[in-house]
Amino acid sequence: MEETKKKGFNTSSNSYTILYSVVIVVIVAFLLAFVSSSLKPQQGENVALDKKKQILAALNIRDIDGAEATDIYNKVVTADKVIDRNGAEVEAGKQGGTETGFLCNSASMKEGKLALYVCNVEGETKYVIPVYGMGLWGGINGYIALNADKQTVYGAYFNHEGETAGLGAEIKDSRAWQDQFKGKHVFAEGKDGVALSVVKKNEKTDPSTQCDAVTGATLTCNGVSDMLKNCLGEYTKFLTSK
Amino acid sequence: MSLFSKENKAAFTNPLNLDNPILVQVLGICSALAVTSQLKPAIVMGLAVTVITAFANVIISIIRNTIPNRIRIIVQLVVVAALVTIVSQVLKAFVYDVSVELSVYVGLIITNCILMGRLEAFAMQNKPWPSFLDGVGNGLGYAYILVVVGGLRELLGRGTLLGFQIIPQCVYDAGYINNGMMTMPAMALILLGCVIWVHRAYFYKENN
Repeated sequence: MEETKKKGFNTSSNSYTILYSVVIVVIVAFLLAFVSSSLKPQQGENVALDKKKQILAALNIRDIDGAEATDIYNKVVTADKVIDRNGAEVEAGKQGGTETGFLCNSASMKEGKLALYVCNVEGETKYVIPVYGMGLWGGINGYIALNADKQTVYGAYFNHEGETAGLGAEIKDSRAWQDQFKGKHVFAEGKDGVALSVVKKNEKTDPSTQCDAVTGATLTCNGVSDMLKNCLGEYTKFLTSK
Repeated sequence: MSLFSKENKAAFTNPLNLDNPILVQVLGICSALAVTSQLKPAIVMGLAVTVITAFANVIISIIRNTIPNRIRIIVQLVVVAALVTIVSQVLKAFVYDVSVELSVYVGLIITNCILMGRLEAFAMQNKPWPSFLDGVGNGLGYAYILVVVGGLRELLGRGTLLGFQIIPQCVYDAGYINNGMMTMPAMALILLGCVIWVHRAYFYKENN
């Protein structure tokens, strides 16, 4: 680096070093802020589209691409309602809606604003309920579709942020694993609280509400069970009302 | 010096074969193992690394004479981190499903040894144009190994390439089954070992 001296800077002086780092950091900060804000709308669309696909996946409508997903979502989802813990409707939502229940997240669930997607699949009413929880390494979430009796599971989809590939990530990747939720019951006869859960094969006592856990992913599966218990529990009044 | 002088050509072609970052220097194999279970993420990852090495090399090369020696690694990291963040944002905006699949590995490009190695070893001493060629060469040298391993794993593990069924149904009917082991990271290591072995045996001649 001897050649730099001829330019008149002393590039190893303290003031130059400090000034240099300040300038480069400010330039980079502005650049990143600009990129982030200019790409945000596009990214938001992608996230919304992904959410629609997940809701449809819970209704067993899978392997569809972007444009199709929006069309089907608009057709299938008759209302994205918001209800409260007593099962009363807070906001009605609308056909193919993305502005009321669709905007709810785990924080609004804690406030008692519960999203409920009322759907119509081949003439039958289905309810899709979003669930949020913690896996082993990060957040997990999912959508549970129920039949019109609000008791029998029609389909389920789970997603995760950073579970181990091949183990915890199976809750998202394994369709067969998600399919075993079909036909299970949310509540067990004569018992309080949500019974739908994931347990080890040899600890299964009630095959009508319990699903097999993923081998080697006990902590993730416990997370799934807790998630179902907590989140579906919030909907108890709605689900038990006739 | 002309644009494609002997030295410049060497800067571009050496990393493809004689000085391949993965095969010879064995750098950056962490991400090479992790993202190669299918062909598509392997291609995207390869392209992302190529773009980032090329531009990071050029930027560092342009400002190489102004960088204070004591904080040069930090300056290199800032440049790389900024580029990686931009690439990750672009992926999220335009190929969302791929960015979900690559998840943390895009962020981990920052720590990819190939990048820091090239910046420190080449861009700090060379002019922008040779640095650009060196970056593209190293990126492509990394990318084509990823594509080979990713292609083999997807073909043998799922019978598909880029999601299209390659192995016909009649072969399955005759009793062939996909090798599930191929989708595991461990097989990537073994396959990569085989690729390095073949390369050493047939294509690589020791310089001395």
